[in-house]
Amino acid sequence: MASSVSGTRLDNATALGWYRQIVMIRLFEEAAQRAFRQGKIGGYLHVYSGQEAVATGFLDAFRDGDKMLTAYRDHAHALILSDDPNAVMAELFGRGTGLVKGKGGSMHLFDAAHGMLGGYGIVGGHIPLGVGIAYALRYQQTDGIVHVYLGDGAIHNAAFHEAANLAGLWGREGLNPTLFILENNQYGMGTSVERATAMTDLGAKFDSYGIEHEKVDGMDLEAVLECAHRVTQRVRETGKPYAVEAMTYRLVPHGAGDFLERYRSKDEVRQWRERDPIGLVERKLLEAGVVDEQRLGEIRDEAKRIVDEAVRFADESPEPPLSELHTDVYADTAG
Amino acid sequence: MPVMTYREALRTAMAEEMERDETVVQLGEDIGVYGGTHLVTDGLLDRFGPKRVIDTPIAEGGFTGAAIGMAMMGLKPVVEMMTWNFSFLAADQIIQNAAKLRYFSGGQVSVPLVIRGPNGGGVQLSAQHTHSLEGFYGHFPGLKVVSPVTPADAKGMMLSAIRDPDPVIFLEAGALYGTKGEVPAGDAKVPFGTARVAREGSDITLIAYGRQVNLLLRVAEKLAKEEQVQAEVIDLRSIRPFDEATILASVRKTNRAVVVQEQWRWYSVASEVAAIIQEQAFDDLDAPVERVSGEEVPAPYARNLEVAAFPSEQQIVDAVHRALYRGA
Ligand SMILES: Cc1ncc(C[n+]2csc(CCOP(=O)(O)OP(=O)(O)O)c2C)c(N)n1
Ligand SMILES: [Mg+2]
Repeated sequence: MASSVSGTRLDNATALGWYRQIVMIRLFEEAAQRAFRQGKIGGYLHVYSGQEAVATGFLDAFRDGDKMLTAYRDHAHALILSDDPNAVMAELFGRGTGLVKGKGGSMHLFDAAHGMLGGYGIVGGHIPLGVGIAYALRYQQTDGIVHVYLGDGAIHNAAFHEAANLAGLWGREGLNPTLFILENNQYGMGTSVERATAMTDLGAKFDSYGIEHEKVDGMDLEAVLECAHRVTQRVRETGKPYAVEAMTYRLVPHGAGDFLERYRSKDEVRQWRERDPIGLVERKLLEAGVVDEQRLGEIRDEAKRIVDEAVRFADESPEPPLSELHTDVYADTAG
Repeated sequence: MPVMTYREALRTAMAEEMERDETVVQLGEDIGVYGGTHLVTDGLLDRFGPKRVIDTPIAEGGFTGAAIGMAMMGLKPVVEMMTWNFSFLAADQIIQNAAKLRYFSGGQVSVPLVIRGPNGGGVQLSAQHTHSLEGFYGHFPGLKVVSPVTPADAKGMMLSAIRDPDPVIFLEAGALYGTKGEVPAGDAKVPFGTARVAREGSDITLIAYGRQVNLLLRVAEKLAKEEQVQAEVIDLRSIRPFDEATILASVRKTNRAVVVQEQWRWYSVASEVAAIIQEQAFDDLDAPVERVSGEEVPAPYARNLEVAAFPSEQQIVDAVHRALYRGA
C-alpha cells in the first residue's frame, strides 16, 4: 500500500520506507530467480530488476479505490499493493496459499481487494480492460483512477491503439481517468525500440489520440514520485487520460529461463547498472545526510528477512487441493 | 540416417527451401537477432539476410496480414507465431483472409503461406499460454492443419507445407523441440493427409497426434508387457486433410478405438475422429469409441493441477479397459 511518507523527496528519515521497499522488491526477484533455477518455480518468470523505481513511485500515489493492471512483469506491483510477500512468493511456487491459489502463477497476480486487477500474459491484452475499468469508475461516480502499465513492446499492438483512442474519446467527457504508464525499458524481449518502430518517440504515439503525456527518468525514484503525485491528481480531477513514459532498463534477461543476450552488449548493461535505481536512492539518502552506511545495511537486512520468510512460507505451503482444478470456471463453480 | 532434434529438423527443412526457392521468406517476433525464442530459426538471419528473415514488432495481426499479402503476390512466407497462444490476435487475418481468399476471389488468388510455432502445454505456462488449437483451426475450410511429432515428420511436413499452394497451420510440439530422431537427408517430403502407424497391434487402436503419440507408445508398451494386449498406435500427423483410410483399416482389424488429445473434448478433433469411425465402421466396432481429453478448465499453473488437467497414462489405460470390457 501507499507508504506513510509525506512528500516526494528523499531528504528525510521517512524516505527510508521507500528504500526498504525498493530493496525488498530487488531481493524478492533475486530469490525468485534462484527458486526458478532450483525448479521450485515453473513456467515463465519475468523479474523487475532495474525497474523498481517505476512501480514504487507510481504506486505511492495509489489510493484506496484506485485500480491497476499490468502485464506479466507484475511481482513488484503485487508486492506493493498486497503488502503480502508470502502470498506472492507462494503463488510463484504454485501453492494453495498463493495470491490466486496457485492457479495463475507469476504472470497472473491479482489482489482485487487492494485494487490489483491483474497480471496478464498476452502483450497489450490488458490495456482495453483498463480503459473500460476507468469508464466504470466514473460511471459509478467514484474519484478512482486506473493505472495501466505497459511495455515499450506493447505499444505497437492493435489493442493499445484501439484502447488509447477510446480513452481519448471518452476522456473528453471526463469519463476516462486512465493513467498510462509506459515502462520503456528499451526492449521487447530482444527487439529494441529502434528495431520495432520508425517513430521512436513512444510518448508521441499518445498524441494521435488526444492524450497528453510527459517523460520521466524511471531510474530516479525521486523524479518518479514527483511526477506520480502530480499526474495522478490531474487524472483524478479531470477524468481525462494521461500518459507518462518512464525511461527505464531491465538489468536482467527478459525471462529467468533466458541466457543468450545477443541483442545488447554487456557494456550497455554495465553502463545502466551505474544508474541502478537502488544505488541512486542510496546516494541521495547519504548525500542528504539522512542515513549512514550502517543504517542502510540494517534496512537491507530487514528486507532480506522479509524475503527469506516469504521463501520459507512458500516452500512449506501445501499444493492446492485437486478439487481446485474445477473451481472458478463459472460463477457456480466458485472455489 | 542423420540424427537431429525436432528443432533442427524444422530449421533444416526451412533452410533447404530458402536455399532452393528465393520466394521463401521468414517473418516473426525475435526470429532473427535474438535467434528465435525456441531457437528454431537460429542462424537463418546470418545465412539469408534481413530481407528474407524479418524481425517484426509485437503485432501479430499486422505481420500475419502482411504475410498473407506477400503470399498473394507469389512469395512463400513462413510466419513464426512465437507460440500459438498469440495467434488469436491474428485469427481475423488467418480465418477471414488466408482461409477463404481463394474461394471468395473465385480462384483468382492463392495464399501459399505457412504459420508455424509451438502448440500445446505441459510446462506450467497457465491459462493464457496453454492451448491446443488443432480443433480451432481444423474447423475452417481453406486451412490445412498439421501436427507432427517426430523429427522426421517435422522436416518432411515442413517441406510439404512450404510447397503447398494453400495456407498451412503448422502446429509444433512445443515440449519436444529438444527430442532427437533419425531424419532422412534431402527432399524427404511427407505428404499431408497421411496418418502414420507408429506401432502395430491387433487388439485395440489408439489414436493421437502431437506429443500425446509418445504417451500412447508408452501405454502400448505397458499394455503389451503387463496385460498381453497389443495396441496399434496411430499418429494422425495431419488434422486437415484427414486420412480416414488408415484409421478405418486399423479399426476394422482391432474393432476397438481410443482417441486421445490434450485439447478440450467439446467440439474437438477426437470427437470428429469418433464420429468418422462410428459412421464408417459401425459394424466393425465391438465397443463404443473412447475419448480421453484435457479437463474442461482453463490451464492451471500449479504443477499438480496441470498434471491433473492433461490426459494421463492411467486415464488411457482405463479407457482401454472399458473398450475391452475388462474390469477396472
Ligand atoms: C500477443 C503476444 N505476443 C507475443 C508475446 C511474447 N512476449 C512476451 S513478453 C514479450 C515482450 C514484451 O515487451 P514489452 O512490452 O516491452 O515488455 P517488457 O518485457 O520489456 O517488460 C513478448 C514478445 C506475448 N506474450 N503476447
Ligand atoms: Mg520492454
